[in-house]
Amino acid sequence: MSISRKNFVVERLRKEKLMELLAKGQRLDGRGLRDYRPLSISTQMVSKAEGSAQVYLGNTAVIAGVKTSLDRPYRDTPDRGNLIVNAEFLPLASPYIELGPPNENAIELARVVDRGIRESGMVDMSKLVVKAGETVYSIFVDINVLNIDGNLLDASSYAAVAALVTAKLPEYVLSDGGTPARTGNTIQLPITTIPVSITAAKIGEYALYDPTEEEEAVMDTRLTMAFTEDGICALQKGGSGGWSPAEVMKLVEESFEKAKEIREQIRRGLGLGGQGETDQGTGS
Amino acid sequence: MGKLIDEQGKRTDGRGPYDLRPYKLEVGMLKNADGSAYIEMGKNKIVAAVYGPKEVHPRHLVLPDRMLVKCRYHMSPFSVEERKTPAPSRREIEISKVIREALEASILVDEFPRTALDVFVEVLESDGGSRGASITAASLALANAGIPMKDMVAACAVGKVDGQLVLDLNDVEDKEGEVDMPVAYMPNLDEITLLQMDGKLTVEEFKAALNLALKGCIQLYEAQKKALYDHYFNSPKE
Repeated sequence: MSISRKNFVVERLRKEKLMELLAKGQRLDGRGLRDYRPLSISTQMVSKAEGSAQVYLGNTAVIAGVKTSLDRPYRDTPDRGNLIVNAEFLPLASPYIELGPPNENAIELARVVDRGIRESGMVDMSKLVVKAGETVYSIFVDINVLNIDGNLLDASSYAAVAALVTAKLPEYVLSDGGTPARTGNTIQLPITTIPVSITAAKIGEYALYDPTEEEEAVMDTRLTMAFTEDGICALQKGGSGGWSPAEVMKLVEESFEKAKEIREQIRRGLGLGGQGETDQGTGS
Repeated sequence: MGKLIDEQGKRTDGRGPYDLRPYKLEVGMLKNADGSAYIEMGKNKIVAAVYGPKEVHPRHLVLPDRMLVKCRYHMSPFSVEERKTPAPSRREIEISKVIREALEASILVDEFPRTALDVFVEVLESDGGSRGASITAASLALANAGIPMKDMVAACAVGKVDGQLVLDLNDVEDKEGEVDMPVAYMPNLDEITLLQMDGKLTVEEFKAALNLALKGCIQLYEAQKKALYDHYFNSPKE
């Protein structure tokens, strides 16, 4: 069963102050409505993972790890590798986390991150096949939330993307007997684009990017959009309120531009060059 | 032309690009529920039931200033080609959440502090666009239960198949099409309460797709009103 979100008492008391600031184009932490918090990305800190990335977005911290294995392909995609995204809210991430299997928020988080990556075609899954119909790579992306201060959706997406871009997986080829064998080399994932997730919260009549925990506690609703270089590839509205169609259209248009800015930040964080140099060989 | 739209511009089920599938809405067929509704939309067959407002169990979930809304979207094991296990999947858990949020936007939750409301949606047969049809039915069930609302919520999906925008995807179009975008809308308030998308669209295509979805929602909204009217004024007395 999905149940209504709890109300946060202190945040609601501070809402009046927040609304006063928003009317002046300011926020409680000093940002403008369309500013993101500082984004920092570090990669490859977990040597036993094929790929890993830790992202700080203000005080929100997440770490994503990539592991791979050889598996059978899904029946409806015999000639493509498998992508599996999972997310966990670790109990150390906030005083309010309860232990247990992933709740609806963790499941939504994983599925929205998955959608942004999958639908953008970021990883060319058709190149992750050892033997069509029988053996393909499964790419597991596991996201751990380490510290919660709002906008987990974007932070997790950036971490997952960074971990995938920098992942190095063991190379397999078909041996003479037709069974997969390791070559001893590593390969990079076939990356075609960098999808960028942009989240806006609506509070009253204002739309603000990258909401903090405090802002999320009083928001009416939220919209998460994933963009490729050419357009939009995934959407998820959240929260128990609504957006007018005009608000959504304006937001999507503006966010497409914002995504270019964030994509440059991610590329710089990953030590990638300018536009057009994304393509990396598969080595296969 | 691709395989999902033929030379005459007809879709796999014979519809034009901007046509909804045939639909049927019924109100109040479950006697135990405080409100209920049934929808057929293409091959979708979905029952929705509402219980409440009632006491909150367990009590620590009580919200002191508003109603607690609970929602369960569930697919029957026999509703799909290959039997689905009855345990809720990750997909069903996410859909339960987005349906709840889509409906909550319409309910006057502040009028009922310390109470709970259960919304149950059971998909008996599934076709493309089951979450949209579920919302359309559940909103009707809420109205049937007499829950005070700001507006009713109607929902349907738009998509892109063979490079063309189409309204209300069927199963094949959902699986093989390029884009699926479910939208829920409250026409009187001009508010979108569910918006999801997967697949690639340019910003301009997105705007056109959203406008098309809203037109579909408005048609279904009229059908919801008619179903309510028929239930209360035209149904034979028992």
